[in-house]
Amino acid sequence: MTTAGTLIMLFSVGTVTILFGWCIRKVMTTPAASEHVHAVELDTPDMHQEDIKA
Amino acid sequence: MAVAGSAVGLGNFLRFPGLAAQYGGGAFMIAYAISFLIIGLPIGWAEWAMGRHAGLRGYNSCPGAFATILQRPWAKYVGIIGVIVPVIIYTYYVYIESWCLGYAVKYWTGGMDLASSGGAGAFFEKFTGQGGDGAALTSSAAFPWLVAVFAFNFWLIYRGISAGIEKMCNLGMPLLILLALLVLARVLTLGTPDTARPHDNVMNGLGYLWNPTKVMLVKDAGEGKTEVVRELVGNAAVEEGTAEAAKSGGALKVEQRGVMTQLRNPRLWLAAAAQIFFSLSVGFGVIVVYASYMKKDDDVVLSGLTASSANEFCEVGLGGLITVPAAVAFLGVASVAGQGTFGLGFVVLPQVFEKMPLGAFFGGAFFLMLALAAVTSSISMLQPGIAFVEEAMGVGRKTSVAILGFITACGTGLVMYFTKGLKALDTLDFWVGTMLIFILATIQIIMFGWKWGIAKGMAEANRGATIQIPAIFGPIMKWLCPMFLLTIFAMTVLQDVFGFSLTDFTPGNPSGYVTDLLGGAKEPNHIARISIAFVLLVAGLFALLCARSPALARAEKGLDNHKPGSNS
Repeated sequence: MTTAGTLIMLFSVGTVTILFGWCIRKVMTTPAASEHVHAVELDTPDMHQEDIKA
Repeated sequence: MAVAGSAVGLGNFLRFPGLAAQYGGGAFMIAYAISFLIIGLPIGWAEWAMGRHAGLRGYNSCPGAFATILQRPWAKYVGIIGVIVPVIIYTYYVYIESWCLGYAVKYWTGGMDLASSGGAGAFFEKFTGQGGDGAALTSSAAFPWLVAVFAFNFWLIYRGISAGIEKMCNLGMPLLILLALLVLARVLTLGTPDTARPHDNVMNGLGYLWNPTKVMLVKDAGEGKTEVVRELVGNAAVEEGTAEAAKSGGALKVEQRGVMTQLRNPRLWLAAAAQIFFSLSVGFGVIVVYASYMKKDDDVVLSGLTASSANEFCEVGLGGLITVPAAVAFLGVASVAGQGTFGLGFVVLPQVFEKMPLGAFFGGAFFLMLALAAVTSSISMLQPGIAFVEEAMGVGRKTSVAILGFITACGTGLVMYFTKGLKALDTLDFWVGTMLIFILATIQIIMFGWKWGIAKGMAEANRGATIQIPAIFGPIMKWLCPMFLLTIFAMTVLQDVFGFSLTDFTPGNPSGYVTDLLGGAKEPNHIARISIAFVLLVAGLFALLCARSPALARAEKGLDNHKPGSNS
C-alpha cells in the first residue's frame, strides 16, 4: 500500500466515521430527537387503519 | 438504532466491494465521494422535504406527491416512475435475497460443498439457474428459498407485523455492525495467511482498494492499444512485473495509470453515482413515501444526514475494508480484479470462507446478515407500491398488499424462470435499476430546485431541523446537481445505449441492451423483450389507476386529501 493510498483510506474512513459519530451524538443530545428524527421505518401508519373507501 | 438498522443492506457488503474490486483504486473513491456530496446528500434532503410536504397534504404516494407539488394533470403520470422503480427492483432484489438465505442455510447445514460442485463459480451458476431457462426451478437451486423469502416478506406486511421485524433489526443490526467491527479487526490482523504466497496479504488488499495510482503489466493489443495482463500491487509484485517485462523483449511492459487518467473513464463515474443512488435509496421513490408519514416539525435534515452517514460508515468503513482485503489475503489480487457484485459476493467470498478457520460458521453468519438486511430493504421497496394502490384505488392496506403481491409475483416469476445468463434480471436492472433511477432523481431535484425554488425548498427542508442545510448546498441543488446528473445520464445513454466510446470519442454500435430489444447487429432477445413488456404493462396499469383516482385528481387541483387519523 502506497503512502497516497494510506492517506486516501484514512481520510475516507475517518470522514465517514466522524460524520456518523457526530450525527449519533447530535441525535442523542437533542431533546426529543427520538420523536423528530426518523429512518425508513417499516411500521407505517396505514398498517393500523381498516380498509376504507376514498 | 433505527437509522443504523435501516442503513445496512446488500449494497454495503456486496455491491460496493464489487464495484471497488471492479474499478479498484483511490480514483473510484474520489468519484464516489464527489457523487455523495453533489447528488447523494442533496437529493436525499430534497426527497425527505418533498415527501413530508406531500404527506401533510394527505398524499403518501409518489404520484400523489408529484401531483400536489407540480399541480399539473401530467404530474401524477410522471410520478408513476417512483412506483415502477421500487416495484420492479423488488422483483429481482428478492431473488438475490433468496440466494443469501440459501447460502446461509447451506453453510450451516453442510450443503456448501464447493469441491463436488466443480468450484464456487459452478456452484453459483447451478444455484442461480444460469445454465438455462427454468434451471432454477429445482429443489437444489434457489427456487425453494425464493418461495420462502417472497412468502415471508408478504406475510410480514399483510399481517401488519413489519414493526416486529423492524424491532428485531433495530436490535440485531447494531449488533451485526459490532460483529462486522470484530470481523474487520480480524481481517486487518490477518497479515499473510499463506507464507508460500507472500504477495497475498492484507496490506496489498488495502493497496488494491485505495492506491490512487494503479500499476499494470500490459501487452500490446494492436492499433496502439494495450491489454492488461494483471495488476501489480505491492513493491515485490511491481519488481517481479518489471523483471518479467524486461525479459519479454518488449512484448510486455509496466504501465502506471494515475488518478486523472482513471477519472477520465466515464464508466467509473457512472458506477460511483449509481452506487450512491442504490445504497442511499435515492431516486428509488422510497424516501418520498416514508417521509410522507412524518409530522410537520419532524427533522428531515438530521434524519437524512444521519441515515446517509450511517450508510456510508457501513459501506466505506466496514463493507469496503472487510471483503476485498480478505479476498486478496486468501486468494490474491487476480481473484478479485474485474469481479462484479455477484462474482465477489457469491463466488470469491465462498472461496475465502473455505480457506478460513471456522469458515462455515462465518460464511453462514455473513450471508444470514445479508439476508436479514435484504428483508428490511425489500419490505421498504414494497411500501411505495402499497401506498400508491391505497391512494389510487381508495382501498385499505390488505387489499393493496394482495394486488401488489400478484404483480410482484408475476415479475419475480419471470426473473426466476428466465435465468439463462440472468438475462431478465440484467435487463430489468439496466433499464429500471439504472436508467429510470437517474431519470427519477433528475426530475426530483429539478422539482425541488426549480419548481419550488431554492428559497422555498430550503425553508421547507429546514423547518423543525436541529441543524440547517449549509447555504453552499443551495447552488449545488439548483445548478450543480442537475447538471452533474444530466451529464452522467447523457454519458450513460451515449455509451451504454448507442455504444459511443467516450474514452477515444469514436462512434460504435448500439449496446446489447438496445439490440436485445430492437435487433440490428444481432437478433432481438425475446427474454429482454418480455421483461420490458412486463414493465410497460405494469406502468400501463398504474397509469390507468392514476387516471381514475379521485384522490390524485384532488392532488393536481392543489386540494388536500386528509383521512381520519392521518399525520396532519
